[in-house]
Amino acid sequence: MAKREYSYYPGCSSQDGASSSNLKRSIDTMCEVLDVKLNEIPDWNCCSASIGYGSGGVLPRMSLSARNIALSEQHNPGQDIVATCAACWLATKEAAERFKEDENFFQEANTVLAEANLKMTNQTPIRHMCEVLIEDIGYEALSEGVKKPLEGVKIAGYVGCQTNRPFGIAGESFENPMYLDKMVDALGGESIPTYEKKVQCCGGALAFSEPEKSQEMIKGIIEAAYDNGADMIATPCPLCQANVEIYQDQINERFGTKFEMPVVYYSQLIDVAYGRSAEDAALDGQIIKAKKLEDIAGK
Amino acid sequence: MSDMNTAMVEKYRNDFLKEVGANVEEGRWVKMCMQCGVCSGSCPLGPYWEHPPQEIFMMIRAGKRDEVLTSDSMWMCTSCYNCIVRCPRELPITHIMHGLATYAKRLGLAPKNQPTAQFSEIFWNNMMKRGRVNELKLGLSLYFKDGFSQGIKNALANQKLGMNMMKAKRMSPAEFFGGHGIKDVSGLQKMIKKAKEIELGKLKANS
Repeated sequence: MAKREYSYYPGCSSQDGASSSNLKRSIDTMCEVLDVKLNEIPDWNCCSASIGYGSGGVLPRMSLSARNIALSEQHNPGQDIVATCAACWLATKEAAERFKEDENFFQEANTVLAEANLKMTNQTPIRHMCEVLIEDIGYEALSEGVKKPLEGVKIAGYVGCQTNRPFGIAGESFENPMYLDKMVDALGGESIPTYEKKVQCCGGALAFSEPEKSQEMIKGIIEAAYDNGADMIATPCPLCQANVEIYQDQINERFGTKFEMPVVYYSQLIDVAYGRSAEDAALDGQIIKAKKLEDIAGK
Repeated sequence: MSDMNTAMVEKYRNDFLKEVGANVEEGRWVKMCMQCGVCSGSCPLGPYWEHPPQEIFMMIRAGKRDEVLTSDSMWMCTSCYNCIVRCPRELPITHIMHGLATYAKRLGLAPKNQPTAQFSEIFWNNMMKRGRVNELKLGLSLYFKDGFSQGIKNALANQKLGMNMMKAKRMSPAEFFGGHGIKDVSGLQKMIKKAKEIELGKLKANS
């Protein structure tokens, strides 16, 4: 039996053939090496992220999260819900808190759930995978399992917005969270605690609707990584990862830059440091190859 | 929804602050703003807001109803939550901006062709169809939102990006034909119908 078990909410972008399917693959490998069992919430639905507000009101939006909470209670009782996507985590946690603060709102959500023959008690803690790593496993235990330290790899820890605000990780500051840097250090890599763009917004959903405005911000995130001598950027957020990695061609064209900065997930760093192959770490999902990680994985 | 707009104007007359407090998500907080401007200075898209949050709050208090609700300012919010964690009065500013945007759209006052307003609707409709987002169709709907020929132009401009994503197995042409979804789509759709009824009922009772 696995040491730890959680109710897992992977989210839309993690599905096969979706933009962060590489996150899910690397998380699966990470959970294998850390002896964590993830029980996917059966039939989970989209949380509507942070862009659904324009069409869904408050109750419709939060009902989406209520359904996931109810399904988790029913199928994975007693297990904390763990999300790997910043928006999934934020939307679910926000809904759960709103239901706790406002009894009427909680009743309304249950009235809505009854339409699908569901109900929730809303007692389940809603957690981010990074909280599992930091609070349940810990940096020390994380570093103990390292087989191939990420020696000589300089990594800019890009936390982004929604993994960091408004909830964030307990004990960390909103302006300068250190947990990604500590993770990098625990894996034997070289962190950049002073990376000044670690909580800069990448534009989020506006990278699609307002590309000019967003790409200007993304440019700053990448530029600062170069200025700090980073070999790659690592992030916990699927939208941060995509926005910062996939538009580099367009940014180069727009601003005359010559960016080619790999952007990986913390889970991929762990997979490689724990001795797993480039494929298990889903490094084949990079558009800009993380060569230094591939080299370590191939050793 | 213009009937509802007329009803709201009738009911609240010169008290837009009260209207916002009663009908906008977290709107009751607006009166707590002390005009320090930290929100406006913290916004990553700050320079692009016609009226940054601090100004919006003052305009609400000054009864500038049309100027606020027809503005495209709120649609500049990227949901980064910088303003929320920095506000000395702890106003849930991100939620208020979302709430104002939603309210303006409900009343039919949101600017037409505002790209984020359009994207928000495309996203919601995409997700509601099968209970999960279909990223391929989401991208295509966005490219083609301004018609066929503009759509082809957009698709060609992003061709390399699409090819890169497909090569990395992070985009799948199979999504065009169905794709991912949940089993109980009808249950979910019934839920959301009910949720909209409850919310609209409250708005009507307030108008």
